[in-house]
Amino acid sequence: MLSIKDLQVNIGDKSILKGISLDINPGEVHAIMGPNGSGKSTLSHVLAGKDGYTITGGSIEIEGQDLAEMAPEKRAREGLFLAFQYPVEIPGVSNIYLLKAALNAVRLHKGLSEVDALDFLTLVKEKIKLLGMDEKFLYRSVNQGFSGGEKKRNEILQMAIMEPKMCILDETDSGLDIDALQIVAAGVNSLRSESRSFLMITHYQRLLDYIVPDVVHVLSDGQIVKTGGPELALELEQKGYGWIGQEA
Amino acid sequence: MTSSTTEIEQLIGKEYDKGFVTNLEADTFLPGLNEEVITALSVKKNEPPFMLEWRLKAYRHWLTMTPPEWAFVSVDPIDYQEISYYSAPKQKKELKSLDEVDPELLDTYKKLGIPLEEQERLAGVAVDAVFDSVSVATTFKGKLKEVGVIFCPISEAIQEYPELVKQYLGTVVPQEDNFYAALNSAVFTDGSFVYIPKGVRCPMELSTYFRINASNTGQFERTLIIADESSHVSYLEGCTAPMRDENQLHAAVVELVALDNAQIKYSTVQNWYPGDKNGKGGIYNFVTKRADCRGVNSKVSWTQVETGSAITWKYPSCVLTGDNAVGEFYSVALTNNYQQADTGTKMIHVGKNTRSTIISKGISAGKAQNSYRGLVKVLKSAENARNYTQCDSLLVGDQCGAHTFPYVEVKQPSANVEHEATTSKISEDQLFFCQQRGLSAEDAVSLIVNGFCKEVFKELPMEFAVEAQALLGISLEGSSVG
Repeated sequence: MLSIKDLQVNIGDKSILKGISLDINPGEVHAIMGPNGSGKSTLSHVLAGKDGYTITGGSIEIEGQDLAEMAPEKRAREGLFLAFQYPVEIPGVSNIYLLKAALNAVRLHKGLSEVDALDFLTLVKEKIKLLGMDEKFLYRSVNQGFSGGEKKRNEILQMAIMEPKMCILDETDSGLDIDALQIVAAGVNSLRSESRSFLMITHYQRLLDYIVPDVVHVLSDGQIVKTGGPELALELEQKGYGWIGQEA
Repeated sequence: MTSSTTEIEQLIGKEYDKGFVTNLEADTFLPGLNEEVITALSVKKNEPPFMLEWRLKAYRHWLTMTPPEWAFVSVDPIDYQEISYYSAPKQKKELKSLDEVDPELLDTYKKLGIPLEEQERLAGVAVDAVFDSVSVATTFKGKLKEVGVIFCPISEAIQEYPELVKQYLGTVVPQEDNFYAALNSAVFTDGSFVYIPKGVRCPMELSTYFRINASNTGQFERTLIIADESSHVSYLEGCTAPMRDENQLHAAVVELVALDNAQIKYSTVQNWYPGDKNGKGGIYNFVTKRADCRGVNSKVSWTQVETGSAITWKYPSCVLTGDNAVGEFYSVALTNNYQQADTGTKMIHVGKNTRSTIISKGISAGKAQNSYRGLVKVLKSAENARNYTQCDSLLVGDQCGAHTFPYVEVKQPSANVEHEATTSKISEDQLFFCQQRGLSAEDAVSLIVNGFCKEVFKELPMEFAVEAQALLGISLEGSSVG
């Protein structure tokens, strides 16, 4: 699904990612853990195509297609989804309007017609139930006045509507209390399938109690310094990131 | 983090799509302005003598005036002797029905999306079509007449209802009000006239569609709307013009009169040709619009979406004379490329318990300058007057400007005047977020701008709301962020 080879990224003259390689197969859930400043968010931004980063070496591909060459919206339409750490507010634009625009962008890209208004409403209502959200959310402005938990749930709702094949969750657990975390995790788990892959970026092990990954990578100073199974996350939780640094 | 150099590349620029020219045989005055021209105009219009007197009085006053220079716009001097003050498509004979209107003209309006054929009743909107200096057609006249509503070209009203015209014309915007209003009073050619009788709720939306076609011609339209006691009317106005390299002048005057318990809702979607992306050509839109809420409990609501014109100078205002009168102003003004807009409103509180609301949304893109200029004046007599003003500016890119010039004069201590203003920029994070949800950068900008304008759009009648949203999208195309 997603193939990252020796990826090197700079911000300005500063090297942030120093040769990352990673392969995620269809249906797999990978977690990337690491301390602050290790390059986790840079990785998610570069994959989604955010401006301000320079790829100085290596490659990123989705199903054999070169991601680096694609505009951000093209990546999204191809099925790469980023759940943001800090979802932005868009005053005056209703949630349901954004959801519909997003779904139609994907559908038109696939050569399908725009979704019928009634079918769309049925679909949305089904998905918001899944995330334990109130229908009122649909008619509020995107993320405006939302609590931290509501914003994160809203990200997952967008994911559920767009049905991407490669989902990147950037610090989705940050700012969530345990109840909200469980709801968000349940939403994500319900979207797991054999054809859909996940890359979870997180500082803490907590999220991985609820969304159990197949593979865990540890990122430190722009490099993956250790890869293992879910047990690696538990080890990190006990020993802290300092342990990895010493070993590497 | 160091510099993040977002360059949303020059997005595909869509051209102004109302810029075509209709080839018609026209009856056009030679350029130039003097008392003979005005007399000839009055004769052409078959006007009663009082009207010529009125025009000449305005003209003589205009000669003593100079153009206003306080607005935040830069205007090349206009040579008023270079403009033709009358141009009308040649008509072979008096028209008895719409079927006799030149098919070329009907076609023009069809291209603009305004079907004039009365059969197309589904639209449910009565239209007065003003082409250069004359009204070429007014639909649904008969049906409106049944309920006593008069909706006709003002040139016709001057002949048919001279008493009504005499009673109200110039009572809201006096001839000597300002430079452009005086010029308009001297040379106005056509426009719409509306009279809603006592107790009547106008059964359909009334609209005027202004089209400048001829080159080198000024359009000086005059609109007068009178809502008699306890009546109600919603009026829409749309404007377009061909693309031409030279600037063209549009100096209109609109007067609204609301008597006791009457309500007028006046909506404008202004899409005059804005000039090309280097700032060449475009319409000078210098307009005086004012409402007099003369009666108790009367209400006037202005809603405007201004996306066109090279330069806009326009302040739809309300004089709240009657006790408990209400004035509202909802505005979206978008400027792109080299467009300049200095627009806003005046709310003059005279009566007791008068209330006014001002919601202004200014959007600047490209190298454009966008100013809000608003006056809230509370006279000594206006006990318990209240005003709320909210003035938001949105910048797209970093070469444009947004300015706010609020003026507040309060002479009555019990008044309550509130003013809020914000300036924001479309953030790269917002754009990236939308793109990550599959939207192109261009659609993302349009989505964010539409969201910004929502409070105003919801005031527009349905047909216009859709048009306004589409228009914003088109007007922003080619603007880059970053």
